[in-house]
Amino acid sequence: MAEQNGIIQLKNIDVTFQNEGKTIEAVKDVSIDVQKGDVFGVIGYSGAGKSTLVRVINLLQQPTAGSVIVNNQNMLQLSQKDLRKARRNIGMIFQHFNLMNSLTVYGNVDFPLRDSGLSKADRKKKIDRLLDIVGLADRASNYPSQLSGGQKQRVAIARALANDPEILISDEATSALDPKTTTEILDLLGRLNKELGITIVIITHEMDAIKQICNRVSVMENGRLIEEGDLLSIFGNPKQQLTKDFVNTSTHIGSVLDEIRESGIVDKLSGRLIELNYIGDSTNEPIVVELYKRFQVEANILFSNIERLQNTTVGIMLFALTGDDQKVEEAIQYLNGLNVNVKEIGLKKEGK
Amino acid sequence: MADLINKFLPNVVANWEGDNGFVTAIWQTLYMTFVSALFAGIIGIILGILLVVTADDGITPHKVLYNTLDKLVNLFRSIPFIILLAVIGPFTKLIVGQTIGPTGALVPLVIGTAPFFARQVQLALVEVDPGVVEAAEAIGLSPIKIIFRVYLREGLPELIRSGTLTIISLIGLTAMAGAVGGGGLGNMAISVGYQRFENDVTIVSMLFILVLVFVIQGIGDFAVRKLEH
Repeated sequence: MAEQNGIIQLKNIDVTFQNEGKTIEAVKDVSIDVQKGDVFGVIGYSGAGKSTLVRVINLLQQPTAGSVIVNNQNMLQLSQKDLRKARRNIGMIFQHFNLMNSLTVYGNVDFPLRDSGLSKADRKKKIDRLLDIVGLADRASNYPSQLSGGQKQRVAIARALANDPEILISDEATSALDPKTTTEILDLLGRLNKELGITIVIITHEMDAIKQICNRVSVMENGRLIEEGDLLSIFGNPKQQLTKDFVNTSTHIGSVLDEIRESGIVDKLSGRLIELNYIGDSTNEPIVVELYKRFQVEANILFSNIERLQNTTVGIMLFALTGDDQKVEEAIQYLNGLNVNVKEIGLKKEGK
Repeated sequence: MADLINKFLPNVVANWEGDNGFVTAIWQTLYMTFVSALFAGIIGIILGILLVVTADDGITPHKVLYNTLDKLVNLFRSIPFIILLAVIGPFTKLIVGQTIGPTGALVPLVIGTAPFFARQVQLALVEVDPGVVEAAEAIGLSPIKIIFRVYLREGLPELIRSGTLTIISLIGLTAMAGAVGGGGLGNMAISVGYQRFENDVTIVSMLFILVLVFVIQGIGDFAVRKLEH
């Protein structure tokens, strides 16, 4: 069966810059395929090439090589005029909001509509509806300088939606916001995805943002796409070191392990330290009880984190197993047989 | 009051009306200032916009055009105005048919001011947040619309500041042009007041110029305050 053509298909994209005689390869041979209705996350540290990559989608950045198909249109073959038309179907929001300071909230949302051919009355109707969606109906006559960061981003979202785009690109849109506002903005984006069916591409360096709304994730490092998959597989079973780092930061297991190694707990611990990852419905208790019942092995839980991602439980647990050596070995065998990911952690400090 | 003026400013009173009087001189200065401001303003804005949009990081980069304009602006800015007045005499005659009088001063004033203003416009417009320009590109605006709806709109307060500064420096140039045959308050101060030792004429000329400068600065500041949010 032929795979459904994605709404955004980037193939073998290279972007190189010449800077003072030096060649900088910002994006190297990256292909992504975003399906209609996806919330597609691209995560990576700054300088990984994420921003450059997403700018290729609407050709704010010309790729050095590769093909760009958006909505079954070959973007690279469009005339300037047709490209501008195609861009209206791709809304974009930015880290620093990029609003016109000389225009009111209303004027900013009206900005892309001025060329739409709509009458003034129709535009007003549309702007009022958009401001209502983003929850700023009462702020229409304010200037951006009178708004908070979160409110500015809401205006930017309303502006990005003005031409009824099928795609919304979010370039670090929550990176300049505090955690609570970030959650609110992500909620809003998630709602737009569900209610308007808009396809969203999010770039971020925060795994929490990805976790909150994405269904698919790409991980970028040094201009390359190093890992890709649906949220659960990336989160439950990360393969690359960088992906693991992002997941660990998000679950806090990394800092907990460091803490355990740094503190004196290690010396007092007897037995073996086990990290357990699992996806799907399962609780901590039966495993712990089960281990004692079957093998008389005690599980001393040091850390546990359970999250709901896309209505599925993703859990991580860290415990020390104590008991008869033979029995502990059997217990570990038993765990391996369950539908969980078992990893034994060395107690020694890792040489860094 | 009239006695007082007659006593302290005898030469001002004697030179008040007539072809070479103060009233005429004030009109000549206003004429030179605002007519050349109009032309230098138009030329400066066009050049300034071209310098911004054709630069490497502009919205329509064009190396050759940028470099040519950049060098031309630098060249004309480097010529001292008093020399420019003399050098472009034939060109002035070609355009306005005369080299003396307020109209004869217009051409050198425009040529002396436009490059200066072009630089000011360029500086004002590069201050416009590149992110906003990028957002406008992402929205699908054409370069010409980005110029009018983003650069000139967002840069307006800064443009008015530069415009105010330019007009004030232009008033200074009209005084210089006036002294070498252009007429106006500069001519009044130098060829009447200074050279005939009628100091009251010089001082009153200067006061009129100061009033003009303050009024223009005031209008500029007021407009900027109204526009900035």
